[in-house]
Amino acid sequence: MKAMKEGHVQIERSRSGKFQKHHMEDLIGRSYTMLCVGLLILIIVSIIYFVASKGLATFIQDGVSLGDFLFGSKWDPEGSQGTPVFGVLPFIFGSFATSLLAALIASPLSICASLFMTEIVPSWGKKLLMPVIELLAGIPSVVYGFVGLTVVVPFLRDTFPGQGIGIAAGAIVLSIMILPTITSIATDALSALPRGLKESSFALGATRWQTISKVILPTVMPAVLTGVVLGMARAFGEALAVQMVIGNAPHIPRSLFESTSTLTSAITLDMGNTVMGSVHSNALWSMALALMFMTFVFVLIVRVLERRNRI
Amino acid sequence: MESTFRTENLSVFYGKYEAVKNISLDFPDQSVTALIGPSGCGKSTFLRSLNRMNDEISQATIKGKIWIEGQDINAPDTDVIKLRQKIGMVWQKPNPFYKSIYENIAFGPKYHGIKNKSMLDEIVESSLRKAALWDEVKDRLKQSALSLSGGQQQRLCIARALSVNPGILLLDEPASALDPVSTSKVEELIIELKRELSIVIVTHNMQQAARISDYTAYFYLGTLMEHGDTELIFTNPVNATTQEYISGRFG
Repeated sequence: MKAMKEGHVQIERSRSGKFQKHHMEDLIGRSYTMLCVGLLILIIVSIIYFVASKGLATFIQDGVSLGDFLFGSKWDPEGSQGTPVFGVLPFIFGSFATSLLAALIASPLSICASLFMTEIVPSWGKKLLMPVIELLAGIPSVVYGFVGLTVVVPFLRDTFPGQGIGIAAGAIVLSIMILPTITSIATDALSALPRGLKESSFALGATRWQTISKVILPTVMPAVLTGVVLGMARAFGEALAVQMVIGNAPHIPRSLFESTSTLTSAITLDMGNTVMGSVHSNALWSMALALMFMTFVFVLIVRVLERRNRI
Repeated sequence: MESTFRTENLSVFYGKYEAVKNISLDFPDQSVTALIGPSGCGKSTFLRSLNRMNDEISQATIKGKIWIEGQDINAPDTDVIKLRQKIGMVWQKPNPFYKSIYENIAFGPKYHGIKNKSMLDEIVESSLRKAALWDEVKDRLKQSALSLSGGQQQRLCIARALSVNPGILLLDEPASALDPVSTSKVEELIIELKRELSIVIVTHNMQQAARISDYTAYFYLGTLMEHGDTELIFTNPVNATTQEYISGRFG
C-alpha cells in the first residue's frame, strides 16, 4: 500500500516537473523541421525561378515566337543556313514517342511480374523476383546506355532496315529502366488488396484467371496507372542512356529506326557548345522549362489518379 | 438419417499444426447450424475447408472427408469451380467488388456463362429480393456498391452469394462488424433463407446463435466438444466447458 502511494507521488512529480522540458523539446523539434522545410521550399522556388527566367528570356528578350519554338520542326540554332531557327517540335516528338513506347513495352511486363509475385506464386515469387527488380532500379543509366549501344542497337540494325539507332532503341532501353517503377507500385497495390475480394470471387466459382482479370486487375488499375505515369515521367526525364542510343539528329524521324533526338538528349548534347546568355543557350533553357512543365503535368496526372483510386 | 452435407473425421493442418481435429458433423437441410467457441478454436478454419477455401493457403492440408450430395469434395476428380457454385460464402467484413450494385450480383452468373441481359436482370432482382435489399437499392443499381452502408454492403454480399443459386451458405461472423439494426436485419434474413438452404454460421455472439440456429456445435482447441439441438445446448449442456463458455464465464 505504501509502495503504491509512493509510486503515485512519483508520477505526480514527474508530471509537473517534466512539463516544461517536453515543451522545450517540442519547440526545438518544431523549429528544426520548419527550418528544413523552409530551406527545401527556398531551393525549389529558386530552381523554378532560375529555369523560368532563363527559359522565358528566349521569348521576351530574343523575340523568338512561342509558336515557332513549340511547333517549328527546324532546329538550326547557329544559323548555318542564314538566320538561326529554333523549332523544338522534333525533340518534343522524340521525348513523347520514346517514353510512350517505353511505357507501352514495360507496362504489360511489369503487371505480369507483379501478378506473378502476388497472385501466382506468392510463396517464393516475391523473394526471387523483387531483388532482381530492385537491382534493375540501382543500375546507373550510363550502364543501360552502354548495353543499349552494344547490344540493342546492333540487334535492331541487323533485324530492321535502318541504322539501329532511334526511337525503338531508346524506347527499349527506357522500358527496362522504368520496369522497376511500375512493378513495385503495381506489386504494392496488389498486396494491399483486401483478401476477401479475391476469396469472394473464388467462392462464386471463379477460376484464378477470371478472378485476376475481372476482379483484381480492375480494382488495382488506378494504382497501376499511377505507376505507369511515374514510369513515363522517369523515361521523359532520362537523358544519358537515351542520348547514347538515339542518334541525336534534330529532325522528326520517318521510322522507329532512324536517328532523332529528345528534349533531354538535345540539352545534354548542346549544353557544352553554347555561350551563356546567347540565344542558343536560352533556347536550351526554354527546353528545360518545357521539360519541367511536363514533369509538373505528370505529377498532376498522378494526383488525379490517386484521388480516383481512393473511391 | 444422414444428411447430404456432412463431415467425417475431418482434420485440417497448417503445416504440422492441427487446427481442426477429427470432426464429424452433420448439417441437415433447411436448417441453421451455429459454430461457436473461443477465438482460435478452429471454427473458421473448419468453415473454410467446407468450400475448399483453404486451397488458397499453401501449407494447409486436409484429412478426412467432406460429403456433399454423396460426393467427397476433396476427391481428385472434384471440379472445385462447380463445387463452389453450390456453396455460397460470406465473410465478417463486407467485401463488395469495386463495381456497381448490379455488377456485383451479375458477376457470378456471368462467370458461369449467362450472357442474356433479361436473364441477368432477373437474377439480380431475385437475389436482391432474397437478401431483402431490393427495395433499398432498386433505383440505384448502377451506383457503386461502395456507396452503400456497411449493413447494406453485407446484405449485398449475401445477395451476391445467392446469385449462383447455391444449396449451402457458409457465413463467417456475418454480423460482427455491423450495428444492431443491421445485425437484426441480417438475422431475419438468415431465418428466411434457411427455408431453401442449409446454413452454417460461425458466430461469437451467443444470443445470436441461440436466436437463429437450430443446431449448435461448440468447438474448443480444434476439437468438437458438443453438438446438438441449440435449445438443448443452451439450456442443458452436457459438457462443463460448454456450460462455462455459453454463460460467458470464459472465452
